[in-house]
Amino acid sequence: MPSSDTMSEVPTPEDPQGAPMDKTAADGALPHGSTPGIRFEKVVKRFGDNIVLRELNFTVAPGERVTLIGPSGSGKTTILRLLMTLEKLDDGVIWIGDRPLWHMPRGDGLAPANEKHLHEMRKQVGMVFQQFNLFPNMNVLRNLIEGPVRVLGLSKDEAVERARELLDMVGLVDKIDAHPTQLSGGQQQRVAIARALAMQPKVLLLDEVTSALDPELVVGVQDLLRDIARASDLTLLCVTHEMHFAKDISDRVLMFDKGQIVEEGPPEQIFGEPTEQRTRDFLQAILAT
Amino acid sequence: MTWDWSYAGDLVGPLLGGLRLTIAATALGYVLALALGLVWAILRRSPNVVLNQAVRWVIEFIRSTPLLVQLVFLFYALPTTGIQFSAFWTGVIGLGVHYSTYISEVYRAGIENVPRGQWEACTALNLPRSRVWFAVVLPQAIRKVIPTLGNYLIALFKDSPLLLVITVPEVMRVAYTEGGKSGFLEPFTVTAALFVIVSVLSSILIRRLEGRYAII
Ligand SMILES: Nc1ncnc2c1ncn2[C@@H]1O[C@H](COP(=O)(O)OP(=O)(O)OP(=O)(O)O)[C@@H](O)[C@H]1O
Ligand SMILES: [Mg+2]
Repeated sequence: MPSSDTMSEVPTPEDPQGAPMDKTAADGALPHGSTPGIRFEKVVKRFGDNIVLRELNFTVAPGERVTLIGPSGSGKTTILRLLMTLEKLDDGVIWIGDRPLWHMPRGDGLAPANEKHLHEMRKQVGMVFQQFNLFPNMNVLRNLIEGPVRVLGLSKDEAVERARELLDMVGLVDKIDAHPTQLSGGQQQRVAIARALAMQPKVLLLDEVTSALDPELVVGVQDLLRDIARASDLTLLCVTHEMHFAKDISDRVLMFDKGQIVEEGPPEQIFGEPTEQRTRDFLQAILAT
Repeated sequence: MTWDWSYAGDLVGPLLGGLRLTIAATALGYVLALALGLVWAILRRSPNVVLNQAVRWVIEFIRSTPLLVQLVFLFYALPTTGIQFSAFWTGVIGLGVHYSTYISEVYRAGIENVPRGQWEACTALNLPRSRVWFAVVLPQAIRKVIPTLGNYLIALFKDSPLLLVITVPEVMRVAYTEGGKSGFLEPFTVTAALFVIVSVLSSILIRRLEGRYAII
């Protein structure tokens, strides 16, 4: 356990002002409970000589839903991958709630995290990938119960029951025995969403989750995610190029360029009346495609 | 010298006896090669540089010395250090260890072919190391390399006559012994025929297995 000493220096994420958070349509299958916020503190990430994130600071409040936008290569995916521990942090601190993701408290300072700490911290975070990444050697049910049984320690029966609830929520109960290869992209992504939620994360990361889908399947998956976002108290970080989806799903939009936040605000403001030229250029560019 | 059918016929019995031993040594050697190859392949991906380089050199060493030399060493030199196995088990170990180095490369190729996204999904789900390997990566990796693994089974089978030099009474040694009494043409020809038959049957079996597991 982190000592309260070390923690006292750490500013906890503020509450979002006026963030609309109607949680009326709460669904039993969705995670609820104390949700941690996220805080990036002088985060540095390099790939060789390429400094992708240069002392990046930002905060996401508990339960807040944030969309990251910005040109290709601006570091959006890198931010999510750092949070999922798929990339190593070079410098700075990433806080999830009051605990550093990549460090363990040692004495008065922080030491690099060991695998056990990462394992504990990862339990709070879930991710949905652009390419779904379902396990092709398992059917849908096994994809959904592998983690809950092996990691969360649920009994097989409990895990199956929860898998059914989640499949019901994403509208795919009839595909419970299917293999991923037998599903459409949209169906695979729904299963992947259910699989991520089955781990009961507090923070959910979505990286362009509809960009590999056929156009006609995009809206269905987006609507599903919007409903999930509204019905749960997940802290959500979402990367997308789709403005209406960003408006639907987020309380706040962060516009990135070259690993720095250029502008931030509620979606209506960022998409309606952006103040920065770089934001305007970017929005124009995505409208043009 | 002419072909003697009755002599050839009389040989079938003893040669089949030898063939049983050949097949037993092949099967056991192959199982050992599959298991040990897996160990090599997993160790080769260890983040511990010392370990994975050590394994790399061990594999390189075993692969670049002839199987015949290894067998002779195991059977005649190793016992002087107090470690001794029967001729048969020495053969099994020799074949298994030697082929494990090839098979580890096959696994390695299969493992490298598993998309990175699969590993990342495992991390995102927080799966323990053992489940990542045995529930996700290896089932996908092995499915893709079953044909190559099958080819190594046949290659190992065809190398098994080398066991004759360490006195294992497998089919080739039987043929050699019998031939010494009444001529070599028939025993060696029948032996060759037996090898062809077993090889062809195994290939058919392997193709079927492939067909069964090709779904992915
Ligand atoms: N594994 C890697 N190795 C080397 N460089 C990388 C790696 N991953 C990302 N980068 C580099 O880091 C920078 C940021 O990449 P990132 O994927 O985070 O951008 P992005 O904002 O998600 O872009 P996009 O909109 O195209 O997805 C890019 O310059 C990219 O080339
Ligand atoms: Mg990206």
